[in-house]
Amino acid sequence: MTPLVRIQREDFDIGAEIAALTRGNASIGAVVSFAGLCRDESGRLDALELEHYPGMAEAEIERVAAEAAKRWPLSGLVAIHRFGLIRPGEQIVLVIATSSHRREAFEAADFLMDYLKTRAPFWKREHLADGTLGGWVEAKADDDDSARRWETNR
Amino acid sequence: MRLVYFAWVRERIGLTDETVMPPAGTTTIADLVRWLKTRGEGYELAFENEAIVRAAIDQTHAKPATSITGAREIAFFPPMTGG
Repeated sequence: MTPLVRIQREDFDIGAEIAALTRGNASIGAVVSFAGLCRDESGRLDALELEHYPGMAEAEIERVAAEAAKRWPLSGLVAIHRFGLIRPGEQIVLVIATSSHRREAFEAADFLMDYLKTRAPFWKREHLADGTLGGWVEAKADDDDSARRWETNR
Repeated sequence: MRLVYFAWVRERIGLTDETVMPPAGTTTIADLVRWLKTRGEGYELAFENEAIVRAAIDQTHAKPATSITGAREIAFFPPMTGG
């Protein structure tokens, strides 16, 4: 199973991605998907600007996806991350994991998101509703803690 | 070697990328940062809190003690905030 990783400016269609991943594979019993959306932060935000490191972004998510595929018996794995200007309500990131049983798919998707957030080279900058350019979003210690769970907890 | 910068590191330095020839004896990421900080205010500001700036050598995460020998591209950037 080769994980599918895409870094793109364009939006994605969750239903189409799930259909492509499961079509013709009747051994799949579980599909877990996670989509991350841009929030409006109570009306404060006009958009998020996502900067990335082309090349390394793909390579790093591919490394993380390969690690997930090694740790859980998956039949399919997808990670899509957008860059550029993203408005509140729009999709930023998508992870899909498929497997025979649900536990593996849940865990693999959770793992992939935790590692993607702490290792993939993307940075978010706020564009504010009043028309001004906001600051760079700071990394959260929570995300590091969440990723650290997987070091001991398999 | 080629250096590339992202997010606020890029803004503080004022460049997206540059090609440099660090002095002899610059063997690790930490050495490189020490030398970069002598190159002007923007660099000093970018690396004022060295511990939080991340580095990658040829698109793989690297630590301050990692050797830069043979590196083609070294990137500096803030902690990641994707997802």
